[in-house]
Amino acid sequence: MISYNFFKRIMPQMIILGVVLFLNLLVFPDFFVIEFQNGRLFGNVIDVLNRGAPTALLCIGMTLVIATKGIDLSVGAVMAIAGATAASLVVDGHYWLTAVIGALTVGAICGLWNGFLVAILRIQPIVATLVLMVAGRGVAQLITEGTILTFLDEGLIHLGAGTVFGIPTPVLIWIFLGGLAAFFVRRTALGMLIESIGINEASSRLAGINSRILLICVYVVSGICAAVAGVIVAADIQGADANNAGLWLELDAILAVVIGGNSLLGGRFSIVASLLGAIIIQSVNSLILLSGMPPEFNLVIKALLILAILVIQSPRVGHLIYIMRASSPPIKSDPLTPAKESNR
Amino acid sequence: MIRSTHLPLIATLFTFLLAYALCAWQFPAMLSTRVVANLLTDNAFLGIVAVGMTFVILSGGIDLSVGSVIAFTGVFLAVVLRDTSIPPMMAFALVLFITSAFGAAMGATIHYLEMPPFIVTLAGMFLARGAAYVMSTDSIPITHEFYDVLQSLYWKSAGGGRFRIIGGIMILTFIVAAIIAHRTKFGQNVYALGGGATTARLMGVPVASTTIKIYAISGGLAGLSGIVFSLYTSAGYSLATVGVELDAIAAVVIGGTLLTGGYGFIAGTFFGILIMGLIQTYIVFDGTLSSWWTKIVIGGLLFAFILLQKGLTWASTKRKKAVIGLDTQS
Amino acid sequence: MTNDPTPMLHATGISKFFPGTIALDDVEITLNRGEIHALLGENGAGKSTLIKCLTGVYRRDGGEITLDGKHVNPQSTNHSQILGIGTVYQEVNLLPNLTVAENLHLGRQPMYGPFVARRAMNAAAKKSLLEFGIDIDPAQPLSDYPVAIQQIVAIARAVEMSGKVLILDEPTASLDLDEVKLLFSVIRQLKARGIAVVFITHFLDQVFEICDRATVLRNGQVVGTRELNQVSQTDIISLMLGRQLEARLQEPKPKSSGTLLLQIKELGKSGMLAPFNLNIHKGEVVGLAGLLGSGRTETANLIFGAVKADFGQLKLHNKHIQINNPRDAVAHGFALCPEDRKTEGIVGDLSVRENIILALQARQGWLRPISRRKVDEIAQHYVRTLDIRLANLEMPIRLLSGGNQQKVLLARWLATDPDFLILDEPTRGIDIGAHSEIIALIGQLQKDGMALLVASSEMEELVTYANRVIVLRDHKQVGELTGAEITSNNIIRAIAAETEHEGIA
Repeated sequence: MISYNFFKRIMPQMIILGVVLFLNLLVFPDFFVIEFQNGRLFGNVIDVLNRGAPTALLCIGMTLVIATKGIDLSVGAVMAIAGATAASLVVDGHYWLTAVIGALTVGAICGLWNGFLVAILRIQPIVATLVLMVAGRGVAQLITEGTILTFLDEGLIHLGAGTVFGIPTPVLIWIFLGGLAAFFVRRTALGMLIESIGINEASSRLAGINSRILLICVYVVSGICAAVAGVIVAADIQGADANNAGLWLELDAILAVVIGGNSLLGGRFSIVASLLGAIIIQSVNSLILLSGMPPEFNLVIKALLILAILVIQSPRVGHLIYIMRASSPPIKSDPLTPAKESNR
Repeated sequence: MIRSTHLPLIATLFTFLLAYALCAWQFPAMLSTRVVANLLTDNAFLGIVAVGMTFVILSGGIDLSVGSVIAFTGVFLAVVLRDTSIPPMMAFALVLFITSAFGAAMGATIHYLEMPPFIVTLAGMFLARGAAYVMSTDSIPITHEFYDVLQSLYWKSAGGGRFRIIGGIMILTFIVAAIIAHRTKFGQNVYALGGGATTARLMGVPVASTTIKIYAISGGLAGLSGIVFSLYTSAGYSLATVGVELDAIAAVVIGGTLLTGGYGFIAGTFFGILIMGLIQTYIVFDGTLSSWWTKIVIGGLLFAFILLQKGLTWASTKRKKAVIGLDTQS
Repeated sequence: MTNDPTPMLHATGISKFFPGTIALDDVEITLNRGEIHALLGENGAGKSTLIKCLTGVYRRDGGEITLDGKHVNPQSTNHSQILGIGTVYQEVNLLPNLTVAENLHLGRQPMYGPFVARRAMNAAAKKSLLEFGIDIDPAQPLSDYPVAIQQIVAIARAVEMSGKVLILDEPTASLDLDEVKLLFSVIRQLKARGIAVVFITHFLDQVFEICDRATVLRNGQVVGTRELNQVSQTDIISLMLGRQLEARLQEPKPKSSGTLLLQIKELGKSGMLAPFNLNIHKGEVVGLAGLLGSGRTETANLIFGAVKADFGQLKLHNKHIQINNPRDAVAHGFALCPEDRKTEGIVGDLSVRENIILALQARQGWLRPISRRKVDEIAQHYVRTLDIRLANLEMPIRLLSGGNQQKVLLARWLATDPDFLILDEPTRGIDIGAHSEIIALIGQLQKDGMALLVASSEMEELVTYANRVIVLRDHKQVGELTGAEITSNNIIRAIAAETEHEGIA
């Protein structure tokens, strides 16, 4: 059931995306042209969707974690670990599916570790996930033994560089997983329970919600999403680069969630809006590239974009807007009036 | 008398001594002044930036922008010294002003727009790195006689160790910072903010100016660190010092400062830096161990110190609940 | 007492309006020099609003304040401190990570050039604390000391900065007997110095022990100021509790059906609630009476597993059950509407619909979502039967009025069809209309055979619906009233009954 509320929720992101895509079209008239060659779709739009895959995958889990008032800084490192695991397994001669399952298991274990620190030991999420963020790349290098572990396994490579019906596999994977997650949390009661914990954990506990298990679960989901992203990135370059795989992607993922209009203070969330946020980030990258602006400007523009979006979302600015609206002519600004009126 | 707040500092010191003893036992050469001198030289830029990070974390915030600011400073200096005739000391003053102002702007954004430091400094991280890219994406060598002079300044000690000027700058930074943190009103306000911003405001702490100053110090010290780094590498490169903010945060936490703010010491960060440097030196000496063990060991130490602090907080709440007999004179 | 006859502080006509309520209505209070003045009243009577108006936290909507003979108009806490009015709250408003001396001197440290003169600061702190009879090392962090010492440090800071009026808001709530003694010795010294002390507490024994006069507030109005050596505890309690529901027509209470539902045996937690026994039958309303802090809320929380009990057994339908957390309790058909609606009850940003369904959904598990149609059915059913007034079911619950929020919480639990419903202060802070509706609902649920445990500070209310009333005092059960014994006078008498002071178990 796609309701009016759903559209209302993702409208700002749709508008921002529309504007960015339109700018893309302005600087590059062939932006929306999609060609079918050698059994594969080509085009800038396809590129955006494909390149945005890792961030999009990460932001699925990150949205859930942030909804519980948490944050997961370790996803980039988990990507490196998962990529390294998958690569080393296929290099050792295991079947590619085994390698993928192995990588996902490792991702889930990483998530379990974070969840344990947050839910059981009650360590602040930002601190708890910092441990794995720092140590994770070391662990990944331990697995690859410091080299970029390359592989030639067709099955695994297909996940990153292949196509299905002409569409790049990563695009299908993130759209499928994102859609599944969004559908799942809204079709079960999971979404509401997660929001409830993020808004008021004490009330939720008294209402009989098992907040510990749920907290652990969202970190595990985040770990698994990171593992999928890690496998895709490794498959794309046909090798596991423990140093650079997923480097700083945790920040992109958090950014995507924030652009998606989700509060860093937890509560109401929308996975679809976060996914749109991820695509907005990638479209901005594409815009900078296509406009012929030197790629050096990429980060500066990104920074200004974040600031602009954050300032709009800031509680102080929201309050100012509220006051400005409230003091507009038709409403009396005398603070005492409403109080007396409602006394009856 | 040992105070509970000193315990993490003591744990850090103990860890350092133990690690150093282990290193020296295995490789007696690590006792030489040469190793000590290199330890200071190699970690000078990290130490300076970690001082700024200590202030930020003590106040309950975080600054993710420092690594980018170091790179920006390096590129800025390289470009200015290559393309203009501005004397180096002027360039240093200029870049310190820019980075401090940058930090102050982030502090003001955090305070006045009530936005989380994490996100604001993340934007700052992109902005500073982007500014460095915009100036140049190449590694620009710095060739200036003033740099040669500064680099040739060192004090050669008995064992052949060369104590260079940048190590001295780091130690000086630590001393000045320790005095500011522990002996001035501003320092106490920093701790007060870390203890609880609302209560601090109720007790008359000027929250706005303190927050702005804290981030200005962090930015300024990142600038100083950038100067030191450019002296160390004789170059400015916009891709340099990626992830230094993480190392700085790790050094602060291993140095016994509570990541949630309010508890910690500047001196602790100094030993945190030394411990991290020691791990690297050990791996170099060993030769067979791979560099990634550095990250794993640092991650492990981080975890140990987080657990230690969690344990201490837990123990102190337990202790407070217990009834304590009081001496009453009335 | 000092001889200057003009009062230290005189406030008249203080009024404060909030949207929908009059929080303070023409309040007058006079504080003499060297007087310890108790400010009494149940929660919501207006005590804290009055304090906030006096200290500039709120802008008062009317009235005048005269301090030491001069008109004053405090704008903020800091301003009122400079004027001479200091406040110390129950949750000590100091910084636990700083040392005692730093806390005492923050913002006005003795300086030596650009540096804080630590030694001078520590010496000054040591000296001022010694004057209160406290000999501690002020260079230690505040968090190393027990709450009583922290409180005295806060008092010392307030007195040194202000020095005319000191307001103590529930200072003894988390102290044990020895600590209270220590605090009182400090307060008596302040009195000797001529400072006017306002003492807010819910421990009446302490009021009679240390205070000279008491002003009692109820529903935002002063209902009396008394010289404490001329009145009894019972007088004060009846002043505090009032008789606002007396005129209500009393329907005959339905008799309980008699089937035993829940047996509670020696349930308790050290430092919180002495072990108690309680049997609850179907179709019975058991009331929990007692002043604030007597253990009403603690009793409710222990039974529901919100706080894990140290010892004790529960038997439901004659079978042993184990309740370790609220989830267990809900699984056994328990329900609890907590006292603090805002922080423990509602989930503010969720919609009314979601708030209603939350407990039922949590019990069903996330994998078995309740269908949207069923949810709407349930939500609309309760909106209708409980007469919850709202624009639509999708609005966030935080936008509703207190009474409607309470009804939504009731709906949340009624939707789980509980056997045993615990209500902690179900009518606090809600308007008169919703008030009587909730009381009627309690009667209806009882008729339907539900067992209820209701903690309330409103005696008349308990008299209306309770079959039995358990009276609590100082964290233990001190009495039980049944049937015709249940009158507000009897309850008040039971609460006020002098019992020798025993330590908390």
